[in-house]
Amino acid sequence: MLTYIARRILYSIPVLVASSFISFTLLTEAGDPLANLRANPRTNSPQILHHLAHVYHLDQSLPVRYWYWVQSVFTQKFGVSLLTSQPIWPDITRAMGHTLQIVLLAQLIALVLGVAVGIYSAIRQYSAFDYTFTTVSFLGYAMPTFWLALILQILFVDIYLHWHVRIFYTSGLNSGVTSSTWSLDRLQHIALPVITLTVVSFALYSRYMRATMLDVINSDYVRTARAKGLPEHLVVMRHVVRNALIPIVTVSALTFGGLLAGAIVTETIFTLDGMGFYFITKLNQLDIYAVMAYLMVVAVSIVVFNLIADVLYGFLDPRVRYD
Amino acid sequence: MTEPAPLKAPPGVVDSTIGAGAALDTSAAEGLELEARSQWSYARRRFLRHRLAMIGLVGLVIIFGAGALAPWVAPYTFDQIDLNLVLHPPTTLAHHFFGTDEIGRDYLSRVIYGIRTSEQVGLVVAFASTLFGLIMGAIAGYYRGWIDNFIMRITDLFLTIPVLVMLLVTAALLGAGNQWLITGILAAFFWTPIARIVRGVFLSLREKEYVEAAKAVGAGDLRIMFRHILPNTLGPIIVNATLTVADAIITEAFLSFLGQGIKPPTPSLGVLVAGGQSFPQDWWLTVLPGLVLVLIVVCVNFVGDGLRDALDPQQRRVRA
Repeated sequence: MLTYIARRILYSIPVLVASSFISFTLLTEAGDPLANLRANPRTNSPQILHHLAHVYHLDQSLPVRYWYWVQSVFTQKFGVSLLTSQPIWPDITRAMGHTLQIVLLAQLIALVLGVAVGIYSAIRQYSAFDYTFTTVSFLGYAMPTFWLALILQILFVDIYLHWHVRIFYTSGLNSGVTSSTWSLDRLQHIALPVITLTVVSFALYSRYMRATMLDVINSDYVRTARAKGLPEHLVVMRHVVRNALIPIVTVSALTFGGLLAGAIVTETIFTLDGMGFYFITKLNQLDIYAVMAYLMVVAVSIVVFNLIADVLYGFLDPRVRYD
Repeated sequence: MTEPAPLKAPPGVVDSTIGAGAALDTSAAEGLELEARSQWSYARRRFLRHRLAMIGLVGLVIIFGAGALAPWVAPYTFDQIDLNLVLHPPTTLAHHFFGTDEIGRDYLSRVIYGIRTSEQVGLVVAFASTLFGLIMGAIAGYYRGWIDNFIMRITDLFLTIPVLVMLLVTAALLGAGNQWLITGILAAFFWTPIARIVRGVFLSLREKEYVEAAKAVGAGDLRIMFRHILPNTLGPIIVNATLTVADAIITEAFLSFLGQGIKPPTPSLGVLVAGGQSFPQDWWLTVLPGLVLVLIVVCVNFVGDGLRDALDPQQRRVRA
C-alpha cells in the first residue's frame, strides 16, 4: 500500500510540472503584463518600465522565467501579483475559505439527500416516489448552473422589490463591513449559491446511488441474505446499503478534489469573493502569476483527492488490492 | 403434411444468413416467413421502441429544425430594431411571442437564431472531437508502446486541471469571440474521453483470434483497425458523441455567459441568457433561452439513453 501511494505521488510530480509549464508558457505568451503601465508614458518613463521588467524577470527567456517562478512558489508562496504588487497567497487563502464554506455546505446537503433519495427510490423502484425524483434529477442534471442561479436571483430580487421582505441576499458575502463566518447575515447571503450548487450535485448523487443500489439488490449475496430469513430492513441496511456506498464514497472524493476550483459561475453571479471569482477576475486582467497560483492550487488538490479516492476504495472494498 | 422449414443450414453448407441483411432461402417453407436481421436492424428496432428516446428525438427535430431553418421560421431577423416596443413582455401583439429585448428586437427570432448558433457548435464539436478521439484512441490502443504512452500522458494532463478552467484560459488567451474559433477550442478539449474509450477496446480486441486471422491473410494495419476492430467500438462511441452535442452546447453557453465565448451581436443561447442578466425584472430575457437550453439537453440525454439501450447487444431491456 505504501509503495503504491509513493509511486502515485512520484508519478504525479512530472504531470504537475508539465501542466504548470504548459500553462505558464500559454499565459506568458498571452499578453504584455506591463501594457497598462506602458499606456501612460508620462508617469511611467522607459527607465521605470525597464527597471520593472528587470525586477520581474520579464526580459529573460521563457525557461529562465519559469525557473524564477518555480523558485517563487516555494520560497515566497507564489510571489506577488504583477498588477497590484500585492502578495498572492493571502488573497488565495481568503478566497479558499469562502469557497470551502459554500461548496462544502452544498456538497454535504447534496450527499445526505442524494444518498437517502437514491436508497429509497431503489427499494421502491418504479413507485411514484422513484418517478418523481427521476424526473427531478433529470431536470437538475440538464439545467445549466448559471441559468438556475439567475432564476433564483430574479425570483428573490422580485420578492424584495414587490413585498420588501429580505429572505435571502442575492449578492456578496456580508451586508456590513465585517461579519463572522456563521452569522445569520452570512447564511442569508450564501443560501442561494448553496441551493444552486446543491441542486446540481443532488441530481448526480441520487442517480448514482440509485443505480449502484439496484446493482447490489440483484446480486447473489442479497438473495442469500433474504433466503436465510433476515428481516428486510437488515438486508437493506447491512447488506445492500453498505456495499452500495462504496462507489459513492470514491465519486464524492473525486468531486471534492475539484471543489477548490470554486464554483466559477455561481460565485460570479452572486459576486462572492471565492476561488472561482478570484480566477475569473484575475484571468480577465491577465494577472498571470495570480492565475498560475490558482491553477496550481487546483491541480494539486485534484491530484491529492484522486489519490485519496483510490486509497479509500482499496480500504473499503477488500476485493481491490494495490501492490 | 409439409416438412418443417430448415431453420439452420445442414452442416457442410455455407450459412448464407451470416452476412448482414442476407435473406434466408425460404422456398421450403410455406406461409412461414423468416427475415434475417443484422445487429444494426435489431439496434434500430430497439431504438424505435424506446419511448423516451422517441420523445427526445421528436423534440430535437423540432428545436434543431427551427434553428436550421431560422431565416424562414423566425418572424423577424435577429437584429431588427423596433424602438417603439422596448422590453415588452411576451405577447401576441405583432407576434412577439417571446417579447422584445432592451432595444426592441424580437426575442423569439433571437432565440431561434441562438439555437442555430448553438446547434452548429454542438454538432460540429461532437463530430470533430469524436473523429479525432477515435483516431488517437485507435493509434494508441493498436500500436501501444511509446506512442500510446505519449497520447495517454496528454490525456492525463487534461485530468489535472478542470476542463472548464482550461477552456476559459485558452479562450481568454486566443481572444475568442468568433463562433468557429470557440468550436475549435471545444473540439480540442473534448476528444480525450473518446480516445480513452476507443483505446480500451482496441487494447483488448487486438489480441483476438479474428485479428490474428486477418493478419495471417495479409490485411494491413489500417484495414484491421478500421474494418475489423473499429465496428466493435461504435456502440459506446455513438452514445458518447450524442451526449457530447449537449455537453458542447452547455459549455459554449457557459463560456459565452462568462464573456469568453461568442460575442454579441451573434446570438447564441448562452449569449442571450447572459444578456438577460442585466435585466432581472424582465424575466423572459433569461428564462426563455435557458428553458430552450434545458429542453435540448433533456432531449439529447433521452436519445443518448435510448441509443445506449439499443446498441448494447447484451441489452434486452427493450424488445426488438
